[in-house]
Amino acid sequence: MSAAQSHLEVLPRSLQVLLALGFIALAAFPFVGSDFYASMVARMMILAIFAMSLDLLQGVTGLVSLGHAAFFGVGGYMLSMVSSDSAAVSLWWTLPVALLASGLFALVIGFFVVRTRGIYFIMVTMAFAQMLFYLVFDNKDLEVLGTSLRLGGSDGMYINFKPDAGLFDLEDRKVFYFFTLACLVLVYAFLRRLLWSPFGRVLAGIRVNEHRMRALGYGTFGYKLAAFTLAGALAGLAGYLWGAQTGFVNPELMGFHMSAHAIMMVILGGMGNFAGAIIGAFAFEYLLHLFKDLPDIGDFRVGKHWQLWMGLFIVLVVAFAPRGLLGAVERILRRKPGAGDA
Amino acid sequence: MPEVLLSARNLTKRFGGLAAVHDVSLDLWRGAIHAVIGPNGAGKSTLTNLLSGDLPPTTGSIHLREAEVTGRSPERISRAGLGRSYQKTNIFLPFTVWENVRLAAQSRAQHPLRWLRRATSFKATNEQAERAIELAGLAERRNAVAGTISHGEQRQLEIAMTLATAPQVLLLDEPLAGMGTSEAERMVELLQRLKQAHAIMLVEHDMDAVFALAEQLTVMVNGQVIASGTPEQVRGDAGVQAAYLGEEEL
Repeated sequence: MSAAQSHLEVLPRSLQVLLALGFIALAAFPFVGSDFYASMVARMMILAIFAMSLDLLQGVTGLVSLGHAAFFGVGGYMLSMVSSDSAAVSLWWTLPVALLASGLFALVIGFFVVRTRGIYFIMVTMAFAQMLFYLVFDNKDLEVLGTSLRLGGSDGMYINFKPDAGLFDLEDRKVFYFFTLACLVLVYAFLRRLLWSPFGRVLAGIRVNEHRMRALGYGTFGYKLAAFTLAGALAGLAGYLWGAQTGFVNPELMGFHMSAHAIMMVILGGMGNFAGAIIGAFAFEYLLHLFKDLPDIGDFRVGKHWQLWMGLFIVLVVAFAPRGLLGAVERILRRKPGAGDA
Repeated sequence: MPEVLLSARNLTKRFGGLAAVHDVSLDLWRGAIHAVIGPNGAGKSTLTNLLSGDLPPTTGSIHLREAEVTGRSPERISRAGLGRSYQKTNIFLPFTVWENVRLAAQSRAQHPLRWLRRATSFKATNEQAERAIELAGLAERRNAVAGTISHGEQRQLEIAMTLATAPQVLLLDEPLAGMGTSEAERMVELLQRLKQAHAIMLVEHDMDAVFALAEQLTVMVNGQVIASGTPEQVRGDAGVQAAYLGEEEL
């Protein structure tokens, strides 16, 4: 089976229709669902942006990063650091600053890590993320070049106001929801376009056979670094939205679990096409709540062990639907119309 | 006076105590095929890897079109005008034949400002890929997935990808290996045609092909050159006959 198929790089018409329906459902949701569920869905959308940013590395370029949450965290922390306790800050400069900062962190870290491959890449990305995690965890304030940076330490920091967008009011839950949805759609459209651009084709070539790419004259280091930086900046966007939505950032945002969850989302949904990452993020969050709310059986606290059920579920998906949930759906949709003529 | 496109001087590559390539010098001229032959383990592939930048030489120097490229990365040597094929087929198996060659051609394209356009919409790149596919005789297989075509076709694809990068110097590591008779004949014809515009180094075991194609012949044994010259000179060399005794009929 070709990678184009196994990665569903080309989304069949049936899946495109399904995604369009999903978009309509998301757009309609705040009008039918309660505020509580609307903010839960907004959270899923934020995680979907985060998962898509990782998919650019993991599914497209073949770089499995176990430290991607570092850039998610940098985005959130940038918002908290530039926020004031008494008034809202403007979205229009804080969002670009958060994107630039997370992109810059990714550029510097990427400069060191994209030289490595496979297991080494996994380990060094994790190591860098842990360094950032403990930098924040251990320091309430940090002296940098004579100025004191507020980091909040292990307690984290509150963000009292949502960013001020001027034209629309992000404090309004519905407005925030639609702003997040707009970000999701824009990032998806951008990444899908990138996937089929010359740059995207080079990244796919690196995943399949980096050695050959170099023999053809591609400076693969530069391409991988560019992908790593872009993925970091987009993760920063997700982190920024997360900070704005929850009004709170803590070191866990950069933590190992956050990075690992992102990997699981991408695998769960199906790698290398960005649509799978969205489905994976939604499915992961949904299952997480489902498993956490499982009723106890006698003395056994079933819900408390949600990680166990999640792990089992992902093992089952990998075993029976190696292309993820998106691949499984594609197979079902493909089989239906052809069932008669087989 | 023929134009020397690649010139290697006193190349040595040591792996620990073993000299896989020892003090090898050779020149590649435009319009000529320089065949490198020798028994398995003679260091032919290592020599190819040294010239292409896949391995850095321990000592010695390499000049490509007058520029020193010793120790440079494979991508820089490729961009300096050297293309190579691999002994073990080294292609993008999951991609179509067309995408393999298009990606190779794209490596030479200049379009930094239009990087969000569809990769397949660049006319110059497409034409370059198309020419390479035609030249390698793969036009009918362009939409097939590279992993599903025959071994011989994969060897042709190797050549097509290399040609799509518009190289001046070609290093071909056993392009005929594992090919059927008719496929091999086609490949020999192709090499005959490519010779006009390129400087070619051909590592090959098929002696019929070597003697049909090569202007220059270098014989390696145990990492060293034991004879070098025109095919006629080498054929008469006593040392070569000794080295090849029982190996292959020269």
